[in-house]
Amino acid sequence: MNDTIAAISTALGVGAISIVRVSGNEAVDIVNKITKSKKLKEYESHTIHYDHIVEGDNIIDEVLISIMLAPKTFTREDIIEINCHGGIATTNKVLELLLTNGCRLAEPGEFTKRAFLNGRIDLIEAEGIMDLINSKTEVYRKLAMNQVSGNISKNIKNLRQKILEVLANINVNIDYPEYEDIEQYTIEQMSDTIRYIEKEVRNIIKKSENTQLIKEGITVALIGQPNVGKSSLLNCLLEKEKAIVTDIAGTTRDCVEGTIIIDGIMVNLVDTAGIRKTEDKVENIGVNKSIELIDKANLVLFLVNNNQLLSNEEKELLEKIKDKNYIVVVNKCDLEEKIDLTEIEENAIIRISALNNEGIEQLKAKIKQIFNLDKIETDDLSYLSNARILSLLNQSLEIADEIKISIENNTPIDMLEIDLRNLWETLGNITGDTYEDELIDQLFSQFCLGK
Amino acid sequence: MHYEIIVVGGGHAGCEAALAAAKKNHKTLLISGRIENIATMPCNPSIGGSAKGIVVREIDALGGMMGKCADRGLLQIKMLNYAKGPAVRALRAQADKVTYPKEMLKILQNQDNLEILETMVEDLIIEDNTVKGIVTKNGEKIYADAVILTTGTYMKADILVGSTRRREGPHGEEPSNFLSDNLAKYGFKIIRLKTGTPARIEKSSIDFSKTKVENGDSEYRVFSFDDEPTYKIDEQIPCHLIYTTPETHKIILDNLNKSSMYGGLDDIKGVGPRYCPSIEDKIVRFKDKERHQLFLEPESLYYDDIYLQGFSTSMPIDVQEKMVHSLPGLENAKINKYAYAIEYDAIYPTQLKQSLETKVIENLFTAGQINGTSGYEEAACQGLIAGINAALKIEHKEPLILKRSEAYIGVLIDDLVTKGVRDPYRLLTSRAEYRLLLRHDNADLRLRKYGYDVGLISEEQYARLNKKIDDIDVLTEQLKNKKLTTLDNEFLKQYNSTLIKDGISLYDILKRPEITLDALIENGYISGEYSKDVLEQVELNTKYEGYIAKEMKEAQKLINLESKKIPEDIDYSKIKNLASEAKQKLSEVRPTSIGQAIRISGVNPADISILSVYLKKEYNYESK
Repeated sequence: MNDTIAAISTALGVGAISIVRVSGNEAVDIVNKITKSKKLKEYESHTIHYDHIVEGDNIIDEVLISIMLAPKTFTREDIIEINCHGGIATTNKVLELLLTNGCRLAEPGEFTKRAFLNGRIDLIEAEGIMDLINSKTEVYRKLAMNQVSGNISKNIKNLRQKILEVLANINVNIDYPEYEDIEQYTIEQMSDTIRYIEKEVRNIIKKSENTQLIKEGITVALIGQPNVGKSSLLNCLLEKEKAIVTDIAGTTRDCVEGTIIIDGIMVNLVDTAGIRKTEDKVENIGVNKSIELIDKANLVLFLVNNNQLLSNEEKELLEKIKDKNYIVVVNKCDLEEKIDLTEIEENAIIRISALNNEGIEQLKAKIKQIFNLDKIETDDLSYLSNARILSLLNQSLEIADEIKISIENNTPIDMLEIDLRNLWETLGNITGDTYEDELIDQLFSQFCLGK
Repeated sequence: MHYEIIVVGGGHAGCEAALAAAKKNHKTLLISGRIENIATMPCNPSIGGSAKGIVVREIDALGGMMGKCADRGLLQIKMLNYAKGPAVRALRAQADKVTYPKEMLKILQNQDNLEILETMVEDLIIEDNTVKGIVTKNGEKIYADAVILTTGTYMKADILVGSTRRREGPHGEEPSNFLSDNLAKYGFKIIRLKTGTPARIEKSSIDFSKTKVENGDSEYRVFSFDDEPTYKIDEQIPCHLIYTTPETHKIILDNLNKSSMYGGLDDIKGVGPRYCPSIEDKIVRFKDKERHQLFLEPESLYYDDIYLQGFSTSMPIDVQEKMVHSLPGLENAKINKYAYAIEYDAIYPTQLKQSLETKVIENLFTAGQINGTSGYEEAACQGLIAGINAALKIEHKEPLILKRSEAYIGVLIDDLVTKGVRDPYRLLTSRAEYRLLLRHDNADLRLRKYGYDVGLISEEQYARLNKKIDDIDVLTEQLKNKKLTTLDNEFLKQYNSTLIKDGISLYDILKRPEITLDALIENGYISGEYSKDVLEQVELNTKYEGYIAKEMKEAQKLINLESKKIPEDIDYSKIKNLASEAKQKLSEVRPTSIGQAIRISGVNPADISILSVYLKKEYNYESK
């Protein structure tokens, strides 16, 4: 419990200043590592300094750093506070760097808990802290786990299972050396395994939707037949004239992008060329691109005309998007209702009039609801868990690197096993899978042993 | 009659316990059901093995006798996992099943303060939740300050063969019929476990030409830190390897319902060990495996039984005959003893403290299979610790508790008392977190001082240890202070090692994979004479310094958590906010430290946080 903890201690929002707080014996050392000046150790206690946070040679953010050394601090440990200016993405990056360099993400209420355990706050508050730990932890755990999206979590679990099988093989060779009919796991196989793991972890980092959510925001594709009002809707959302709006079908050929911020999360709007079966060559490229965009988008806004019946093409498109997150946006509600929506789930329908700027707030609320943005707004933890995941993935890569070096140095397999197990545990921390007796169970289910 | 310490049971746990107690100058009584069966090896004829071999070294370092008895009757000995690296090397020997118990009995009989009595124990004398002695089957009461139960598989033992069940211990001995009921009466939770042993074959009836020979090592090896080898390398007795045949598998599958475990008996409650399934289990569970490997292991120079390792079964004897005869080289084999399974009572080990004293009854200790373990080595090390701690208890001293980062013995006992058991527990290297620290070669450096402090290691043995430690320091200093210069590049060239441009210490040169300490000695870089053990220590410590340091750092974290003690009188039901599962588990295990509490399954980090806050609040415990 003497380890150094870090957390973002202010509510997050784009553009706002946020503070990352670090507490523990190694606070100064760890933060120093990621500053440009590398001079933190020279400063006096209770002073503030202008500096930059760096990752290697890259400047991540321009910051103010407060140094408060024990014992006159909130936790009675060394505390460093980093005032970040660059918004959510960079604040997260700063946190991620801290975690990668040796901090542990603070549990809910942990700064307060430390303050108490170190005699900084009095006994009466203890009950409150216990309540806090109790009530927040469950929420925290669930959120943290939810943040590991289905796919990533599945990938990590698969990867861990692969490692576990290798570990079981190595351990069975060690614990049952007399079993000649069990394959001996070799250093060459270990090399292959490590390469495979590295590749997979890199893929996971790349694919991480969480990263995307925080760093790049949510991609929302506007689709619909020509002249249904996509560009007008885009303009309503962007509150400025950006897309070209005409009455002539098929004029929006390029995918015009714009970004809005809903509760601190970037929402990237992608307007597509009108999807319509066409022989026109130029337009055809646009149509193909639309279908491509549907695949890539986190959310599809399918715009239809209140004043017309659904065309066959529209029905086909509805079929195409039914497995995605989608909202059927019924535009032109200022006109007479001719559309038949009985086949569409009521919950997925939002009625607007882009012309009169009506229903836009409801649409934003719906987007919020789909991505649970309310939760993110009220609970910074989901951001934190993202930084946590990335730092653990990066740590995994570092361990893989070390193993590769060890293999080159002819390190015996029993040492490599130590690193491999460490890698397995690090990945396990992401999904919340703990050690227990998994390995022993795997050993006896994978291999046939006995006297 | 009054003794200071009574040990009930003369198996591997009982022997070590009795010797430790008596050596610590306590008047000790060892009670055995049959004296001629003291320290026998009722199952396999080997001592040591992966992890277990390291335990034998640890026992020896602490002053136990298992390694020395094994050394005196080695049929063959091997260093396992030599190539896999220093952290997992371990000795395994075929120990003579006649010599080993004879040597142990000799030691017991020559030990001052120790008496041996042949009888059966059926009850304890308990006053104020404290044990005061034992009651024999004849109703005789013998009083003692502390009692150690090492009953092995003898509590309500049932031998199972096919559809028959007889109340009987190994060797046809009488079991204890009431002791476990009485323990239950005193509040112990009793579990039923199962294990088994394969058939023994008459050596002269085996055609060894159809088998593959498995020899011992061609280098001398011993378990004990104090012994010189007494055997001859080329007189070691080989083992032999064979495989099951398709016919074997067919016989087993055709007769499956006759096995006790597969319908032969419908009242089996015992849980068998996962790591040592019967041959029928292996064939059912691993259907795709075409053959299973079996070893023919010699039991003794003094009789001709061959132990058929890998072929344990609870089939009826007529099926066993067919099964054995389907094996290559065993077509005409004569079975001297049939395989059997055995069911027995044990106590659920979370009812023990780390000292192996029970939480239920004061001054009562238990060790070995009664605690849910399996294996001679696992039993012996618990016996040793229980013996030491029973003695320390009546001396009003703190118990000897080995940490997980100090010894496999520490891992074993901590696993038992913290996690309990589902099936008979066997030590595996996989169970140890810090196995690079818990090596075969450094058991004396890790533990001998503890043995000396409690009085089981003599001044002479201790002086030898200190000489070794000094030599290691001197040699390490030499390596760090002496430098190679560019003049030595010829030497490096010889070993295909990168040439140097500046001075570099021998220590750093030795870190290179291609450079060995032997190479440095051969080329005259090292002055002074050092023993093989010293050279080995220095070489390992140098080459793997990074890994060792990493494990030490991890181990230190655990040690810090374990120094955060939890008071014995804590009432978990009073801790508001603690999850009910955590309350229940913590109340059951009653961990002595935060470090131990973390390892209990079902206790999560939030529970630990709440517990720390509670401890600070109620006991003003420092968290640091």
